[in-house]
Amino acid sequence: MMKAKVFVSLKSGVLDPQGKAIQHSVELLGFSGISDVRQGKYFEISLDSALDDSQARESVDRMAREVLSNPIIEEYRVEIET
Amino acid sequence: MKFGVIVFPGSNCDHDAYHVISKHVGQPVDFIWHRDTDLSTYDAVIIPGGFSYGDYLRAGALARFSPVMKSVQKFAQSGRFVLGICNGFQILCEAGLLPGALIRNRDLHFICEHVCVRVETLDSPFTNELQRGAVLRIPIAHAEGNYVCDDSTLEELQQEQRIVLRYCDREGNITESANPNGSRDNIAGICNRERNVLGLMPHPERACEDLLGSSDGRDIFRSLAATLAAAV
Repeated sequence: MMKAKVFVSLKSGVLDPQGKAIQHSVELLGFSGISDVRQGKYFEISLDSALDDSQARESVDRMAREVLSNPIIEEYRVEIET
Repeated sequence: MKFGVIVFPGSNCDHDAYHVISKHVGQPVDFIWHRDTDLSTYDAVIIPGGFSYGDYLRAGALARFSPVMKSVQKFAQSGRFVLGICNGFQILCEAGLLPGALIRNRDLHFICEHVCVRVETLDSPFTNELQRGAVLRIPIAHAEGNYVCDDSTLEELQQEQRIVLRYCDREGNITESANPNGSRDNIAGICNRERNVLGLMPHPERACEDLLGSSDGRDIFRSLAATLAAAV
């Protein structure tokens, strides 16, 4: 079974109030030296093993671009595991 | 003239919109289930507020793929009128019918309160019965209403006078403290270049009866009805 991993994160410069709140909580726990926390999304997609690596990459890339991320505010990265 | 109110799984302001069109605008209106695709009998459609698809993935992201949205695209291209309120605005942005995106409110809270918005242009079918600079008191109810767009989009919106409503104080001043959610340039509502598609975060359909705290929202529906009456 082939597996795709898609990481979606906010573009730099887009405000991430959730990340800020998490950073604040982590600092309250006593962790220091944190300059920034950004929250993102992670997807695991199981793929039909009939697909070859480049087909898999192409279709997951399209999924990530058209559905899983909003290109106005987010960027994504795809990893394929065979 | 005939109105349609689109209903997605998770829409929850559909009945409010229907009520306003039938009782206050006094025109025929239908609910349109998101799997229906025939919009040929309608002059205007409202994409109502709510939590379509539970806001899964991103607010409005999954509703965009409902069968009705292809028809809404064509409907808008044909010059007929589309009004997206709250979640409807988010859906229109996700669908690319309006530029930009709506992200988490600056202070993370879900905000449910009456706010003031200033009418920035009368050159829209949704505001032509209003006064420029008029301050409307209309409720907002959202967690993702923080409007973002890039610099060139903002410049385009400003130059083409497509920013229709902006958050303001009671006197109509555009200030940071009157901006409830962190929206860029205090934007509460924008229209497309052709001006027949409006998206706004405030809920005018919840502000049509004095009993509910404000009837300022009526003018938006009255403008649209007047536009349609003139066109028919």
